[in-house]
Amino acid sequence: MDVSIVLILLLAGTLVTLFSGKSAGKVALAFGILSLVASIVLLSDYNAGKSINVLATWMENPQIYFALNGDGLSLAMLLLTTSLLPIIIYSTFGSEVKNPSSFYSLILFMGFAMAGTFLAADGFLYYIFWELALIPIYFIALNWGNGDAKERQKAVVKFFIYTFAGSLFMLAGFAYLYTKAGNFLVGNLSNLRLSDQEQFWIFLGFFAAYAIKIPLIPFHTWQAAVYQKAPTAGTMLLSGIMLKMGLYSVLRWQLPIAPYAAKAFMATFLIFGIAGTIYGSIVALRQKDLKKLLAYSSLAHVGLIAAGAYTLTVDGVRGAVLQMISHGFVIVGLFFAAEVIYRRYQTRDISQMGGIRVQAPKFTSMFLILVLASVALPTTFNFVGEFTVLYALSTIDIWFAIIGGLTIILGAYYMLKMFQNVMLGETNAKPFADLTFQEGLTMAVIIGVLFFFGMYPKPINDLITPSIQQILNYTLKS
Amino acid sequence: MDIAYILLLLLAPFAGFLFNVFFGKKLGHNGAGYLATFAVFVSFLVTHFYFVQINQTAQPVTVKLFDWIQLGKFSIDFGIVLDQLSLLWLMFVTGIGSLIHLYSVSYMHDDENRHKFFAYLNLFIFFMVTLVTGSNLLVMFIGWEGVGLCSYLLIGFWYKNQDYNDAAKKAFIMNRIGDLGFLIGIFLLGHLFGTLDYAALKSAIMSGAEVDHTMLALAALALFIGACGKSAQIPLYTWLPDAMAGPTPVSALIHAATMVTAGIFMITRLNFLFGISSADMQTVNMVIAIVGAFTALVAATIGLVQNDIKKVLAYSTVSQLGLMFLALGLGAYEVAVFHVITHAFFKACLFLGSGSVIHAMHGEQDMRNMGGLKKWMSVTYITFLISSLAISGIPPFSGFFSKDEILMTAFHENKALWVIASLASIMTAFYMFRLLYLTFFKEFRGTDEQKHHLHESPALITFPLIVLAILATVGGLISLPGNSWLSHYLEPIIAYGGHSEHHLDATAYMLMGLAVVGGLIGIGIAYAKYLKKGEVPPADAQMTGFHKLLYHKYYVDEVYDALFVKPINAISTFLRDTFESALSGLVFGLGKATNAIGDSGKMLHNGSIGRYLFAFTLGVVAIITYLFFNKIV
Repeated sequence: MDVSIVLILLLAGTLVTLFSGKSAGKVALAFGILSLVASIVLLSDYNAGKSINVLATWMENPQIYFALNGDGLSLAMLLLTTSLLPIIIYSTFGSEVKNPSSFYSLILFMGFAMAGTFLAADGFLYYIFWELALIPIYFIALNWGNGDAKERQKAVVKFFIYTFAGSLFMLAGFAYLYTKAGNFLVGNLSNLRLSDQEQFWIFLGFFAAYAIKIPLIPFHTWQAAVYQKAPTAGTMLLSGIMLKMGLYSVLRWQLPIAPYAAKAFMATFLIFGIAGTIYGSIVALRQKDLKKLLAYSSLAHVGLIAAGAYTLTVDGVRGAVLQMISHGFVIVGLFFAAEVIYRRYQTRDISQMGGIRVQAPKFTSMFLILVLASVALPTTFNFVGEFTVLYALSTIDIWFAIIGGLTIILGAYYMLKMFQNVMLGETNAKPFADLTFQEGLTMAVIIGVLFFFGMYPKPINDLITPSIQQILNYTLKS
Repeated sequence: MDIAYILLLLLAPFAGFLFNVFFGKKLGHNGAGYLATFAVFVSFLVTHFYFVQINQTAQPVTVKLFDWIQLGKFSIDFGIVLDQLSLLWLMFVTGIGSLIHLYSVSYMHDDENRHKFFAYLNLFIFFMVTLVTGSNLLVMFIGWEGVGLCSYLLIGFWYKNQDYNDAAKKAFIMNRIGDLGFLIGIFLLGHLFGTLDYAALKSAIMSGAEVDHTMLALAALALFIGACGKSAQIPLYTWLPDAMAGPTPVSALIHAATMVTAGIFMITRLNFLFGISSADMQTVNMVIAIVGAFTALVAATIGLVQNDIKKVLAYSTVSQLGLMFLALGLGAYEVAVFHVITHAFFKACLFLGSGSVIHAMHGEQDMRNMGGLKKWMSVTYITFLISSLAISGIPPFSGFFSKDEILMTAFHENKALWVIASLASIMTAFYMFRLLYLTFFKEFRGTDEQKHHLHESPALITFPLIVLAILATVGGLISLPGNSWLSHYLEPIIAYGGHSEHHLDATAYMLMGLAVVGGLIGIGIAYAKYLKKGEVPPADAQMTGFHKLLYHKYYVDEVYDALFVKPINAISTFLRDTFESALSGLVFGLGKATNAIGDSGKMLHNGSIGRYLFAFTLGVVAIITYLFFNKIV
């Protein structure tokens, strides 16, 4: 079995779901779970040393391959995608979805495109997947989103143009690389001996695409509005998985292809990342809209992840990947908590909340655990990643760790403040029913993952380390 | 076998926590409380077993449970070590912990969420056990942050009150400032030595290998900042008095006897680092001693005028912790530990006693509305008196011995610090007896309604008081001057040879005498003022001058608010309302301009996805064509 099975399953799921009418949600969930199972089988094949890669010629001229690689890093990201997909699909079951067949079909299609992005080993193929992922989220946000339709359209279109425009620079970079290498295979592109100046431009071109996607400040301005306007499932897809496309791509494409530039600009990008962490934390502090607050918390976290990646150390990159995965789970959980409140109060305005704890003890406990995971309390998965990244930063310069580490203080500040305003205080006049079974299960699964890998991150660590080592060997040897 | 016992020690309170979270409500009225007490008592029994064993064998027990975090240079296990230090701490954490759990069964009797309360208390014990028994710094950090979390949960236990929630949040965030220091210390040590394991660090440092001593001192300083957060030292002490918002047993257990001693535990644990005799490290130690001494003094001055019975005890805790840090800074680790233990006895007794009073007064905490309570509450009164004598350093009570050791050390090392510490001690005696007289003597000043309900607390409350009062009386026996069991017991832990015991010479007797006289002076002033003259502190509005400054705690909270909290919130508001939208306009404007080259601005606002898809396809096609073309050419 090779990695294309997951793509086939997701694509087949997209089509079947589209024609399954009212039961579309269940069908989509089934395909989501199937793709998760397939990913786990692939993982065990990979661990057993079997090859799970695909290499076929797609076009002779130009030389484009249908090349998919499943190394440890790609598999980790694939597993993140295929485990979050069923969770995200299942999380929507408690609320009414109009036109469900299109909705769930688009979610699976998005999963397909993102999985493809994580697996593609041919630059052209990768680019196609990368751009393809934009289309479903565009429609999801536009047609199933909330708030004023005009406002929403503005935010979503802006997001689309913005990320699309950034990607064109990357495309130009690939085109140039092709003229040098004669194909788009990542291995060949990494082995090119580009001049310093060429690397500089390639690095910058890729940076345009990734900085917007991740996003790094000051390229983040699309983020909060889209997170707020998109339906929660869309926000989860964006924050849980799609953000990681940019971070993953830095590791897979940007660093090995332009190693000299990576090294030369390391400090600059580290500072970019850390600045984003502080900036996001401060802006999050006084957000009035719960989803926007979580969006800025995301901005803060990805900043630190990017800083970890740009340390070009094994620990930094490893910590970044661990944090990518843990952040994926925790942010999906937090957005779900926002959705749980929205289902009952029809608002995301924090000032209208408060006094929920007394009415809903189960929800309170689970929400609090997610909040604590988000602020990286030890024994949660997020601590493992954050600790590793901060340690790596300290080995570069202790001040990076000190300033980046401010996130543990600021993070606690805005998250606990949010929790206090949303959940605590005198009983809210509006009734709040405690979690339904479906809601409880959704949150429990996420919490289970966060604690398990918080105590025992070794399996993921063992999976990703060899690939990271290899990428860094490419990057650092030249 | 060891593994099974250690898991029992560690997991009994955790099991209690889980059980009470899920089924506590179904256990009948006091079921959750007794279950939680039992869980902690199990830990105490296991601790006691190992404590007896180590007294015979002197052999620490170490087990590695599993691999936790891997880094390039080293990996971190989840490992447990039971040695002299961790067992000593466990003894009073689980011992006093059991008593306080038992006390809480009665104290929280009427609270509808008491099963949650006991769940949190158990969780706290679990994290405290983790903190103390971890075999490396990162496992200690799990416990360190874990007890911070429990403290947050318990301070904000009555969560309908947003002031309490603020206090809880403040405690957590202030602790996290310290935690960042702790982490930085961990990073530096990990980077220098490639390990976080105590044993490995100790042998690496003691082997005398070439290391950067400035870095070592910086690591020690960073760790000390961590200790300041948890143990409420200047400048991170302001959370502790606010933490009194929690139920009183919590104040006794967490904010007096156990959690706040974590900083002292950490530094004692790392005495092989802090005890290095380099010039830089001496500076660090001087900083620790000075911070400790000043914290002792500043907190004591604030304690002089507080009227809330728990606030007085809270500031006295900060002050006593300061004395312990003074001892640490002077290298007298076993002296600091000695005071930790006696303090745990008498301060737990004092807090629980205040709880008994508050219980009888139906929640009243202002001493101006108390008075004469000894008539109704003789057990509470007598145990309170004993503990007050102990904290004031009157022989033969335990506090006399431990405090005397600190003062004696200070006298030999640094006369100025000795003066400061002595002043703080005199003030301590004063405000404790001020508290005692205002609460238990003279006429009752509350309402008739309150007076009608006054009663001695039930046995579940008085029993722990009696046990703790006995311990507060005889606790000094573990380290008598000239013949200290404790110093001998801790010998394997103290890396650079124990602090030389002071001979019982004339100076020593003179110092003891001075300390006792100082204590008596403090008590005497309180006697003259509050018993003889029968003064009652004035109402808040009538306070003036220095008194008012002290009553408002030097306005430190207000200063922090103006320096940190308000500016950061103002920046946040500015970024939210102004900067973000400007930035958005700017960046998007650039994008717009670029796009406008090929298209009209109007179309952008139409937002037709079809056109973008078309552009996308066109672009891809163009690239392919270009590549074809390139190939052909």
